[in-house]
Amino acid sequence: MEHLLSLFIKSVFIENMALAFFLGMCTFLAVSKKVETAAGLGISVVAVQAVTVPANNLLYTFFLKEGALSWAGMPEVDLGFLGFISYIGVIAAIVQILEMALDKYFPPLYNALGIFLPLITVNCAIMAGSLFMVERDYNFTESVVYGVGSGAGWALAILLMAGVREKLKYSDVPHGLRGLGITFITAGLMAMAFMSFSGIQL
Amino acid sequence: MKPLRNLLDAIHPHVVKGGKFEKLYAIYEMADTFLFTLGKTTKGGTHVKDQLDLKRMMISVVIALQPVLIMATYNTGLQANRALARLGVVRPEGWRGSVLANLGIGFDPDSIFACIAHGLLWFMPIFLVVQLVGGFWESNFALIRGHEINEGFLVTGFLFPLTLPPTIPLWQVALGVSFGVVIGKEVFGGTGKNFLNPALTGRAFLFFAYPAQISGDAVWTAVDGFSGATPLSLAASSGYTGLTEAYSWFDAFVGTIPGSMGETSTLACLLGAGYLLLSGVASWRIMLSVLVGTFVFSSILYLIGSDTNPMFSVPPGWHLVLGGFAFGLVFMATDPVSASMTFRGQFVYGGFIGFIVVMVRVINPAYPEGMMLAILLGNTVAPLIDHYVVKANITRRKLRNV
Repeated sequence: MEHLLSLFIKSVFIENMALAFFLGMCTFLAVSKKVETAAGLGISVVAVQAVTVPANNLLYTFFLKEGALSWAGMPEVDLGFLGFISYIGVIAAIVQILEMALDKYFPPLYNALGIFLPLITVNCAIMAGSLFMVERDYNFTESVVYGVGSGAGWALAILLMAGVREKLKYSDVPHGLRGLGITFITAGLMAMAFMSFSGIQL
Repeated sequence: MKPLRNLLDAIHPHVVKGGKFEKLYAIYEMADTFLFTLGKTTKGGTHVKDQLDLKRMMISVVIALQPVLIMATYNTGLQANRALARLGVVRPEGWRGSVLANLGIGFDPDSIFACIAHGLLWFMPIFLVVQLVGGFWESNFALIRGHEINEGFLVTGFLFPLTLPPTIPLWQVALGVSFGVVIGKEVFGGTGKNFLNPALTGRAFLFFAYPAQISGDAVWTAVDGFSGATPLSLAASSGYTGLTEAYSWFDAFVGTIPGSMGETSTLACLLGAGYLLLSGVASWRIMLSVLVGTFVFSSILYLIGSDTNPMFSVPPGWHLVLGGFAFGLVFMATDPVSASMTFRGQFVYGGFIGFIVVMVRVINPAYPEGMMLAILLGNTVAPLIDHYVVKANITRRKLRNV
């Protein structure tokens, strides 16, 4: 139990997807203008991450890993080379289902997210979650915790970013830096502040 | 004052629009408003009349910093002179040694004057570099972007050198203040528009870029080849017993311990805090909640205890006097630009900083000191806290008026 808790804390703060690994930057920069939208996107990333990482974990353990197909009587088969394409397929399918569900049950959130929900499919943070899971050999429970944790870390980062950007509306940025330029600088400075967590051993 | 006024008046026609040096108006304006009360009055319509403008606010902070400055120079000299006495060096190498020896001031750790003189020779070069380089960026941005030079940099220029160790190379000082002023503040449009404290941004940049010159054991005492750990890293390596063998709580309170130049003396920071609170410049809400946050969380960790981590054994009372806690609490966390603006939010913001300080100090083995990183993180979170406080207010008022 303690092990799972420290995995969660590690994935939220210490190995923050956005501010320690700089993953999922496109949506991180594009959808962080308003706190409300950022919160919506953050929640949907948590949801997608919490479903896709364990799903991919099952896929990996029972189909792709070396010797995973022994239940089907084929212990020599190693389908690891199919990893990337299978994970992205699973992610795309799950995002599609999530989108339809939101459209039906939470239209305001669906409208607020608009084009960005389909974009989650190609969000590197989501893909990275599955790849880190494979690389670090998480079991099923760990992958659930890691999925929720890494999604929550990314959601926290984009919320903070949106807060700062709402404040920066009143700043007077030089012309050449307006828009994305200053957002990149802001993200860099935030990552520097997030360094206070790096180095914690759990 | 009269000749000065005449001089400024003589320059005035050249720098106003259409004059020969109209581009330099920002610099003229800075000198004029720094020295004299503004002659301008507003006409017509209602307006708020308040004596506390940005200039007065910033100058109050500089006044509050004076005890810290005095203690900084004294303690820098004291640490150096003590180390010299311990090493048995009669006359240290370098220009500072020659100046002090030739003036007959000497290196007596018991003489307050000798200590202050020695400390000044270490502090002033860093201070001057900060003022020159920072002033260069500040006035350049002001001239090109056409805004006024204001006292925001004055405060940054005082705070930044105080957060550095005395032995830091001057080129790093120049680099750090450039980063702090340009990336930390000017790219956002100058004073009041930034979201991180510029002085701390510069320091954090140096801290991560050149850790050898700003952390460790060898940099805190201004004597070549003398290595003296700060009390915090001492506590991290040998626990509470190691700490109390070397220093007493009172040493740490008065500030005669190794550390960054301005951060050691809790007493001096308290004097500054008193002035800031009386003049109403700094927020008591932030100061109180940082204090409470640190005290509560360090008490909890102290009570839990740990066999493997010696930092758990440091009692909460010590956390309040060690490292940059007092300095950051009084002068950095309360920075009105980067802190939370809402009253409720300030409590959350302060408590968060207090919590993170102890977390970094005690739980994170990578850094012995956490005040700088905690405040930067607090600055990052502050806008979000404000957002939700404002939103909660709106919701409550809506409900009330239904």
